[in-house]
Amino acid sequence: MTPVLACEAVRKEFGSTVVLDDLTLEIAEHDVVVLIGASGSGKSTLLRCVNLLETVDDGVIRLDGRDITDPRVDADKVRERIGIVFQAYNLFPHLSVLDNVTLAPRRVHRRARRDAEEQARAMLARVGLADKAGEYPDRLSGGQQQRVAIVRALVNDPRLLLLDEITSALDPELVGEVLALVRDLKDQGVTMMIATHEMTFARRVADRICFLDRGRILESGPPAQIFDEPHEPRTRQFLQRLGGAG
Amino acid sequence: MARRGERRAGPELTSELKAPQRARREPSPLQRERLAYRRRQTVRSVVVAAVSTLALGVLLVVAVTGAPGWDRVKESFLDADVARAALPDILRGMWLNVRLLAFCAVGAMLVGLATALLRTLRPAVFFPLRALATSYTYVFRGAPLIIVLYLLTFGVPGLRLSGTPTVLVLGGIALVITYGAYLAEVFRAGIESVHPSQRAAARSLGLTYRQTMRRVVLPQAVRRVAPPLLNDLVALQKDVGLISLAGPIDAIRAAQIQTAETYDFTPYVVAGGLFVLLAIPLIAVTDWVTLRAARRQSAELSA
Repeated sequence: MTPVLACEAVRKEFGSTVVLDDLTLEIAEHDVVVLIGASGSGKSTLLRCVNLLETVDDGVIRLDGRDITDPRVDADKVRERIGIVFQAYNLFPHLSVLDNVTLAPRRVHRRARRDAEEQARAMLARVGLADKAGEYPDRLSGGQQQRVAIVRALVNDPRLLLLDEITSALDPELVGEVLALVRDLKDQGVTMMIATHEMTFARRVADRICFLDRGRILESGPPAQIFDEPHEPRTRQFLQRLGGAG
Repeated sequence: MARRGERRAGPELTSELKAPQRARREPSPLQRERLAYRRRQTVRSVVVAAVSTLALGVLLVVAVTGAPGWDRVKESFLDADVARAALPDILRGMWLNVRLLAFCAVGAMLVGLATALLRTLRPAVFFPLRALATSYTYVFRGAPLIIVLYLLTFGVPGLRLSGTPTVLVLGGIALVITYGAYLAEVFRAGIESVHPSQRAAARSLGLTYRQTMRRVVLPQAVRRVAPPLLNDLVALQKDVGLISLAGPIDAIRAAQIQTAETYDFTPYVVAGGLFVLLAIPLIAVTDWVTLRAARRQSAELSA
């Protein structure tokens, strides 16, 4: 079966720094792949390349088998099918929660206001934010904002959901509610690629862990193998350092 | 799913509720003494302010009315009869200023916004438009308004083309293109102040460049630059009076005519007073918007 996402020898350079070094990766439907690795190892850049917010310097990225790195491809059409949630939520501060969520369905998919709002309210209710639909983002806690951002990314019913360090800006007591939501999405079969520093979360949600080091996938496998018996010394070193810090 | 999250937050919430609640009590004698002292200080500063204002006022009145030429100045600048006689004509002229202001304000904002948007377009096809927009803001921010006004109102009719608009319209156009150049820079600053992550978020949802501009960037940009924008409109409000140089009978021109008839400058003072009156609501709105923006900013920072 064609994988939802396929990265083939993807390369990205910023000046003389190689951020993604011929990286190859496949994600099958309903799979959850978690990228771990030190800051600067290329996790976020990979997500931004997949969403075409960055252009690759070499290699091919395929979505459902179709090359999306071809410059003739309409990037807007590709982005409609990929949801992304950012570390800093990036909600639109001038729009209410409901308008944040319905902006894309109404403007991109040309759906009627009532129809879009009905769906948005139902989805907000599912994440426990039914009573916040009329609020503006600055009135919500970080955890609530991030849940809205996830709903906003999901409302297009994307083929693939990218989560970029979505708990890094949250207070520790708010992390739980966001991670619980992601686990729910996994149970619903949403295909996801996640960059995170939360190792306990990575272990619980991932089908496969990829350890990124200097723009390459150094090691990948099921969580139990990566966390309990990593093959690569650098993976072991990285996990030990985290253990020491935690 | 969210219920799970809420249950997580449960323990913290209950511990907060169980925190011992302290009863309100009367302030201590020490605190009462401090409060009384602060009250006395407040009363004292109000009295000092009132006395010093009064003293300065008296001083000014004495200095001006005591000046050797005061009687003649009073006669030729502050003659109540002349003011009463001139008022109807000046008011009629003022109505022209108000209409011109409304037209020029809308026109200048549209020109400014369009220019700012052209300057942010990146694709190569738009290079000529971008260059044109850039040179427009350079030239018309530098050119004195009076000269632009003369060139348009005297120069263009001199071409004797058929269909040349009236001097009034030409003067309005001069104001619009001059102020449009300033407002373009204000709008551009606003557009550039919206963080790139907002664009990234909008584009990642599948919004096109245009939709991102219209739905995400511009609403935030305009809100942020509303205070400087309104401030430029206050400046436009009085520069509208310069149209009198080209001939149309606005408030200033009407005052000039009256002055020429009576050899008394009172009509100018009347016209000046009316301009200030017209500006006050606009300035008040500007201050209110500025205050609101500042509050919102501090709320954003503390959030």
